[in-house]
Amino acid sequence: MTTDAATARETDAFEIAHEADLIRVRKVLRAEAEAAGLNLVDATKLITAGSELARNILNYATGRRGRIRVEQVYRAGRRGVRATFADDGPGIEDVDAALTDGFSTRGSLGLGLPGARRLVDDMTLTSAAGSGTTVVIVKWQR
Amino acid sequence: MRIGDTLLVALQGDLDDTTVIRIEEQLTREIAHTSATGMLIDVSRLSVVDSFIARVLARIVAMVRLLGAQAAVVGIQPAVAITLVELGVPMGHLDTALNAEQGLALLRRLRHDDTGAGRP
Repeated sequence: MTTDAATARETDAFEIAHEADLIRVRKVLRAEAEAAGLNLVDATKLITAGSELARNILNYATGRRGRIRVEQVYRAGRRGVRATFADDGPGIEDVDAALTDGFSTRGSLGLGLPGARRLVDDMTLTSAAGSGTTVVIVKWQR
Repeated sequence: MRIGDTLLVALQGDLDDTTVIRIEEQLTREIAHTSATGMLIDVSRLSVVDSFIARVLARIVAMVRLLGAQAAVVGIQPAVAITLVELGVPMGHLDTALNAEQGLALLRRLRHDDTGAGRP
């Protein structure tokens, strides 16, 4: 993914700190999905994955806040949307477990991360206990 | 909106979590305080249903049943249905129909089953 060239187009970057930001995340992802030419199903999957990840930040991140950055990406003539969600910890101790269906530290369904991963073409999660979590998702135009 | 004994509730717009919870409380109250025996929740104007919204929808249906009525979710958009299945939200136990008309027929069938009418 490091080979993706971000465009000169201004990227959408803002803080996720309130519930209203869930709606903003969905709105921005919808606009970027349309700009990248994603079809309705792929756009819906991207928006839904983003909604799950934004809620993760509101539920689990320290101070219940984090950041999102959304950008258009190109690879081999295809357009796509990349969204980066970052927070400042507590971090995820066991990344593999967090990506497993049904794993939850909160008594919820535990669908957030594994569910989001199934909805996008690529998802990378970087985390260490105490140093925050960064999740990058990419959805490509078909 | 009300059709006979059935409440028809149309959800629309982009719903944040607080709004979803408020709708849940409203609908539960409404079923309890009216003589409605059925509720159709029309989600055809929701372009995104994430795991939280889906979970609350399932909860509303379960509560309506506990209150002695029947409920079904109607009009799930195809893109939303595909997304929910891949997301892994368990909705198989939820009664759903393509649109309000079919939803009304579904509720009639469910009520029929409930009373045991027509059973051998």
